Amino acid sequence: MKHARVSYAGAIHNAVWVNGSIQLNDNREVQEEDVIWLPPVEPRTVFALGLNYADHASELEFKAPAEPLVFLKGPNTFIGHRADTRRPADATYMHYECELGVVIGKTARNVKREDAYKYVAGYTVANDYAIRDYLENYYRPNLRVKNRDTCTPIGPWIVDQSDIADPMNLTLRTYVNGTLTQEGSTRDMIFDIPFLIEYLSEFMTLNQDDIILTGTPKGLSDVKAGDEIITEIEGIGSLLNTIVGDEVFQRS
Amino acid sequence: MFKAKIRLQGRHQIEETSVDLQDSIVNIHDTKIQLQHLRCDPPVSGTIYGVLLNYKGALEALGDLVNEPPYNQPPVAPILYIKPVNTIIGHGSAIPLPAAIEKLEMGAALGIVIGKTATKVSIDEAIHYIAGYTVVNDVSVPHKSVFRPVVKHRSRDGFCPVGPWIIEKDDVKNPNDLTIRVFINGKLVQENNTSNLIRPVEELIRDVSEFMTLFPGDVLLVGVPEASPVVGNGDHVRIEIDGVGFLENTILPENDVYSGGFSG
Repeated sequence: MKHARVSYAGAIHNAVWVNGSIQLNDNREVQEEDVIWLPPVEPRTVFALGLNYADHASELEFKAPAEPLVFLKGPNTFIGHRADTRRPADATYMHYECELGVVIGKTARNVKREDAYKYVAGYTVANDYAIRDYLENYYRPNLRVKNRDTCTPIGPWIVDQSDIADPMNLTLRTYVNGTLTQEGSTRDMIFDIPFLIEYLSEFMTLNQDDIILTGTPKGLSDVKAGDEIITEIEGIGSLLNTIVGDEVFQRS
Repeated sequence: MFKAKIRLQGRHQIEETSVDLQDSIVNIHDTKIQLQHLRCDPPVSGTIYGVLLNYKGALEALGDLVNEPPYNQPPVAPILYIKPVNTIIGHGSAIPLPAAIEKLEMGAALGIVIGKTATKVSIDEAIHYIAGYTVVNDVSVPHKSVFRPVVKHRSRDGFCPVGPWIIEKDDVKNPNDLTIRVFINGKLVQENNTSNLIRPVEELIRDVSEFMTLFPGDVLLVGVPEASPVVGNGDHVRIEIDGVGFLENTILPENDVYSGGFSG
């Protein structure tokens, strides 16, 4: 089952995606063009992984880390499917990052890796944009690079954990204006999903609807205002996002 | 008397009160109660953002290292981090000491509580986006490098005591001139003042809201002064901020905290 949150006719609804249309929680069936897609959960604690694919680490000239490079993201940064992301006028290198999002289903503390999937509600797609112009070498990656308003599209929906036989063998792809620019597989993660749940829950409590964004493979490139970016993960979904300039946000 | 918002343990709603900071008396609906007789839940519910190296002394303590690898240059914009929801505890709750860790750093911070949604706010307007102020203990596992520290240094369960209350903005005349004191087991071990901030409160709100929206109930910490006190099992910590309040917690082994762990 694919679970979404949408805005329709003046209210926010939980919904499921069935046979190409949206079924609201009150059983009304509506068309995609009539809704606004919201992030599929209201994020609270969101973890993101830096350099969790060996090929991407070498692309950025880093050796693979010995311990997961985890940072946290705030609620300001998330937007849903088919939304706009702002590229500031002074940015010279802004890149997408296609990532598998793991949504936690219940409170997790001191979970062992063999039990980890019991704590997963499902999976989603995220595009964890970075603007490298703002990178500073303190508490990397600093939030000015990775926690900007509108810079983390997520969705369109969450696919139930039970519907994905092997989340560690899924192809990730990014298309910029229809051209394939990034391709990888979740099997190349340095720290896999069970490891991450065991690692995080060893020192902190994970709660329902927390999300772990598991990192991105190689193939990053600069995106410009007007570009349409699709990040997609096999069996999960395709997430569309459009880059816009400061004028759309009435910034000068 | 200062106007304050307080969340009493076991009550969902926030109480509007006035507090006498001199004598630690809370006046709730005309009933005067000593703070020591109250159990307080954290008075905030949003995201808590910490700010790194915002005291002149904290930056100076890094010295020339800021110009050497891996830092290469001093910070340009505010360097933020998030204290996630699992870290937040109230006044009087015990700070859990993880089993394999012996010492914790106490980060005495003024917390700016956001009152309305703040995006791209100017210095002149910043004050209008503040609901009030609270006392925060930004607890961390001691770590030297600020390049890419592991997230677990600051995000463990119970690593962010907040409270006991929010003092309303209008009752704090100048947030950029508040004395902060830390007492460990009753002994004064640290004293500093928010006049030593690199970015004063209004400038911090401008520079943060330039790239990320702050929402009502979010808390922006102004930073932690240099030379954070280090404590261990059983130590009692009191952070005082003049005109804002005093936050007290005791360090207890993690396993004891889960079995109740109120410590006063």
